[in-house]
Amino acid sequence: MAEMWINMGPQHPMTHGLWNLRVKVEGETILDAEPVIGYLHRGWEKLTEYRTYPQIIPLSDRLCYGSSMTWSHLYCLTIEDLMGIEVPERAEYIRVVVLELQRIASHLMWIAAYGTDLGLLTAFVYCMRERELFLDLLQSVTGARMTYNYPRIGGVRNDLPPDFERDCLRALDYFEKKIDEYEEIFDGSEIFLMRTRGIGILKPADGMNLGVTGATLRGSGVKIDLRKHDPYSVYDELDWEICTHPDCDCYARYRVRMDEMRMSCQIVREALKKMPAGPIRVKAPRNAPKKTAYARVEDPRGEGLMYVIGNGTDKPYRLKVRSPIFVTVSAVPIMLRGYKVADVPSIMGSVDMCLGETDR
Amino acid sequence: MSAKEFMKWSSELFDEVVRASGVKRAVDKLTLPIWSWALRNSLFPLHFGIACCALEMAAASAARFDAERFGFVFRSSPRQCDVLLVNGWVTTKLRPDLRRLYEQMPEPKWVVAMGECAISGGPWYDSYNVVQGLDTFIPVDIYIPGCPPRPEAMLDGFMKLQDKIRAEMKGTFLED
Repeated sequence: MAEMWINMGPQHPMTHGLWNLRVKVEGETILDAEPVIGYLHRGWEKLTEYRTYPQIIPLSDRLCYGSSMTWSHLYCLTIEDLMGIEVPERAEYIRVVVLELQRIASHLMWIAAYGTDLGLLTAFVYCMRERELFLDLLQSVTGARMTYNYPRIGGVRNDLPPDFERDCLRALDYFEKKIDEYEEIFDGSEIFLMRTRGIGILKPADGMNLGVTGATLRGSGVKIDLRKHDPYSVYDELDWEICTHPDCDCYARYRVRMDEMRMSCQIVREALKKMPAGPIRVKAPRNAPKKTAYARVEDPRGEGLMYVIGNGTDKPYRLKVRSPIFVTVSAVPIMLRGYKVADVPSIMGSVDMCLGETDR
Repeated sequence: MSAKEFMKWSSELFDEVVRASGVKRAVDKLTLPIWSWALRNSLFPLHFGIACCALEMAAASAARFDAERFGFVFRSSPRQCDVLLVNGWVTTKLRPDLRRLYEQMPEPKWVVAMGECAISGGPWYDSYNVVQGLDTFIPVDIYIPGCPPRPEAMLDGFMKLQDKIRAEMKGTFLED
């Protein structure tokens, strides 16, 4: 049968975000694939060279809109490293709480979209319902639903609102029961299991060679998580485990994310319990010294890294972003080769695409 | 006279008779409110997520906000849609594709610019790759401000679009 290239995108229900997947097919079998990105490129790294350090925080919120908090947090971490600022302990604990709430919200958004891809519209409605709980919590802290503008260089913008701990624990108690409900929906669905088990195999060696990180790599059984291996904030003072799954397929990635949501609930509980009193912010200088700095965090999608060069003024000379999905998308041909065209949504959905940070 | 020629001749004759006798005007006037009612209560926006506002679009169609009770059902093919909802910044790479999507949609159609980026470029006002406003290349009917707008704001924008359709009173029984 003749070989041909098919374009899936840019307007295609399979693409979460805006990109184009060119697939080389022979009949129904995928021979090769080639992702085309850049539809959302707005010159983020260049724009930061014209803005002062505090002005970049709202921009970094819009890097990845699925998990704004981790990116503005990562930016603040980088600049704190550059300026040599010690963040007060209470601010670190508040950051951990909001980061983990953001991680749950991001994973819920992913699982809702994944359910829609694989014909489980119920899962979409259920997961979006519980996502609103966490958006409400984050809204009570920051005032916004999605783009928070909350971390500051040297702390956080404001303290937790009164009764936040009560509301948060109540939402977590409710949510942990709901995770079991999702598992019943997904694991009880024969179609879901057929479309994810043994599909999209990414061997641990391939994943590591291509620089894949995050839940995609942990789904291949590699035990790596920057919160454990390069701890930032106060993750090293909390008691939690890295979630992995040895199966290397789409189902393993789904399992890892479900377990991570449970683990995030545990981290939030512990952080709320251990949270000390004290100041939430220290004053940051206006100008940065002439040196370089970098920081990396565990984004819900993988390893996010920022590298900054300061030149003595109030604007960065260069700010480089390492986006997890930009690297993961290069592993797409390996994951797709040999499977059928109908498997493309389940494989591409399982890596949790977010094009805002990929194209920058 | 072949069958094809007969069809052409008879339809032209029918059309001429209806027009000349004033029946067309009467039928149009009678059915206009029905057309308008049907158009505004079954708006099918295109399921086309671009950036941040796409998540609010998803939230608006999910459990808490439930856009379907207002008649907005998202469809994935531009051939089945009548509202182009642009929810994010438009880059120079995307611009021709978006223009083509707009042209693929059947008439009557409306365009909604959701969020600051689609309205005026938003936070990327000095970017070299972002088109400064959707209305520079597509006629826009409704602007929904916000960065991103809340789902309630999006629903409100769509209800404004319904008001606009009611005021426009578009649609005829026989093609002009």
